[in-house]
Amino acid sequence: MAKVAEVHKFRGTPGQIRRQRIERIGAVVISFILAAWILVNIIESPSQFAQVAVLGLRNGMLYALIALGYTLVYGIIELINFAHGDLFMLSAVFSSYFITVWFAQDESNPAGWFTFISCLFAVMAFGATVNVLIERLAYRRLRHAPRLAPLITAVGMSFLLNFIGLKWNGSTPRQWPTVIPNNDIYIADVRINATTILLFFVGVPLLLALNFIVTKTKSGKAMRATAQDKDAAALMGINVNRTIAFTFAIGGAMAGAAGLLYQQSIGTTNYNLGFQLGLIAFTSAVLGGIGNLWGAVAGGLLIGFIQGLNDGLPIAFGQQWSQTVVFTILIIILVFKPAGLLGKVTTEKV
Amino acid sequence: MAKTPANNVTKSNRKWVIGYSIAGGLLFAIYQFLLPWEGLPIGIYDAVYRWMPPAAVNESLVYVMMALGLNIVVGYAGLLDLGYVAFWAIGGYCAGWFMSEFFYFLNVHFFGSVPAEAPGIHINFWMVLVIGGFVCALFGVLIGAPTLRLKSDYLALVTLGFGEIIPQVFFNGENFFGFNISNGTKGIVVVDPIPVGVKNLGPFDYGWKLLIFMLLTALLVFVSLRLRRGRLGRAWLAIREDELAASMMGVPLMRTKLASYAVGAFAGGVGGVAFATHVNGVYAERFNFAISIFLLAMVVLGGMGNVWGVILGAFILSWVNGNGLSAFGSFYNERMGTDVDFPSFTFLLFGLVLILMMLFRREGLLPESRLKLVLNEEEIEDAEAVGKKAK
Repeated sequence: MAKVAEVHKFRGTPGQIRRQRIERIGAVVISFILAAWILVNIIESPSQFAQVAVLGLRNGMLYALIALGYTLVYGIIELINFAHGDLFMLSAVFSSYFITVWFAQDESNPAGWFTFISCLFAVMAFGATVNVLIERLAYRRLRHAPRLAPLITAVGMSFLLNFIGLKWNGSTPRQWPTVIPNNDIYIADVRINATTILLFFVGVPLLLALNFIVTKTKSGKAMRATAQDKDAAALMGINVNRTIAFTFAIGGAMAGAAGLLYQQSIGTTNYNLGFQLGLIAFTSAVLGGIGNLWGAVAGGLLIGFIQGLNDGLPIAFGQQWSQTVVFTILIIILVFKPAGLLGKVTTEKV
Repeated sequence: MAKTPANNVTKSNRKWVIGYSIAGGLLFAIYQFLLPWEGLPIGIYDAVYRWMPPAAVNESLVYVMMALGLNIVVGYAGLLDLGYVAFWAIGGYCAGWFMSEFFYFLNVHFFGSVPAEAPGIHINFWMVLVIGGFVCALFGVLIGAPTLRLKSDYLALVTLGFGEIIPQVFFNGENFFGFNISNGTKGIVVVDPIPVGVKNLGPFDYGWKLLIFMLLTALLVFVSLRLRRGRLGRAWLAIREDELAASMMGVPLMRTKLASYAVGAFAGGVGGVAFATHVNGVYAERFNFAISIFLLAMVVLGGMGNVWGVILGAFILSWVNGNGLSAFGSFYNERMGTDVDFPSFTFLLFGLVLILMMLFRREGLLPESRLKLVLNEEEIEDAEAVGKKAK
């Protein structure tokens, strides 16, 4: 009689198993609370729920576009590019000047549309250029330095861009006209602004294009290879410096597009915009799993959604606690599931 | 027999006390006795008030205390903390809670400096310093315990999150689940004067307060230097230089990191209480993210890990931020007939300090010899190891 060998699958050390259990229970409890909260609010006032959900998803789309820049850069050189949010702010100011001051368009007509589309290209080029310059001037020289050095430089860069924004935009928030239609559309008494719809019409193709670049093209392959192992990639004939610069360029272009869309759909610019939105976007990137493109998008939409619900619903903390809610999500995610919702667990290389 | 290390410790510790006392005594004498002296030429008086008013010196000293605390976390243990302002806020509110009429429905006095019939909690300033320090240390441990396991850049982000959350809690604190914990944007005004036995030091006794702040700074310097030499300090340095190697050598990572958080936060609490007595109140909007970065720039400029460098960096940058830039601006505008808004250049200045120091002089103005070696060590990559030429 053949003895059935019992195979014990190794699941981890006792500590790891305990930790996994805590993670699982925490996840269940948190999602249960979240679901209960959403349910209560849906029952309370369904139309208001739909209304704030639309607004939240609009912000979520912007967060997703910004988060992509963070996730791309982190994926390739493991640096939290604190300056990325401020790059977004500069792009928003750039598009305001491009449309309203340089091309003097302030209403929605064919000329306005034309300016909008040319501005999209211009601002993407602007974002890409600035981001590549930052990488070339500062980060590249610090690639072999200890971890703390590039991180502190990124914070300094963020202050520098903040200063440029302060001088360019002025110290107070500025209101700008929109050149795309901004009338309201009603779908069963839920008010949706036309700019929101346009935002998705511009944002989704951008995401698809980015996905195509990263997964299908040769430079995308080079990016993924560099992210995995810089030295091996260099030995395989990949120009690592150019690949990293390219990554910064597409991240910057996404931030540029987000800047234009923000400026056109919300209509105000402020010099300290980048800090708050950048942090929220980074939270989204971490929530989705940093280094994962679709994770960043999902995280952005989710954070936008939750923030929208928190700001607008009757049973919620309200807008003055908005930051606290977002950062609490960040901390919970980092503590319980540092790999994010869609990310893979990686062990630190030694 | 060769000199034992223990001798070195006591020797170097005696030396700085003398220099520090002379510098402190001189500053105190200038601001307490020389400035009010009637025989002083009016030109000197004006120049001092223009370039170095007493309030600016005291504020710089508060920044020095905070920077010394941050230095323990960033400079010694190598953990990037981007939310240090949270400890400043907590320390400040400790002063607000325990040294004012904020809790008007209570009447608690403990060696306070106000008459016994005044409402509110009035605890002696020197005890509030300790309380503030310990409350902050507690929060440091609370923040650190779940997060210190994270990688360094995630840790930076989490501290940043806390640095945003805690000031927001105080900012919205007028109605914190039904309780008023901070008076919201109105702030807690009129903090008790500092009792020093013979008299009570109100908000305008700059000279004597300068002496007290110098004393507190000296205390923090002493603690920093002693800890640096001791077992804990060497464990911090080991973690800063190579976490993995340190843990292999038996340094308990979590406990050591938590200790650095707690000690750093304690210094932050002391600084926060001192600041509350300096501005004679606690205002929620003063605690913002920029302060955390200012403090980081001070530590980086002066030299991470070197106490004297940090003091120098904190003094220079807080002077520039608080008084120097605007004084220079008005001076320049008067001479040149221009109208340049100099204080708005703070962001540029602090950003450039961080970037340029990191690019060209990572070890700071007054480098710590050990850190200099570590920070400029080139990492040997796999490709270089197999023969690729270094750039």
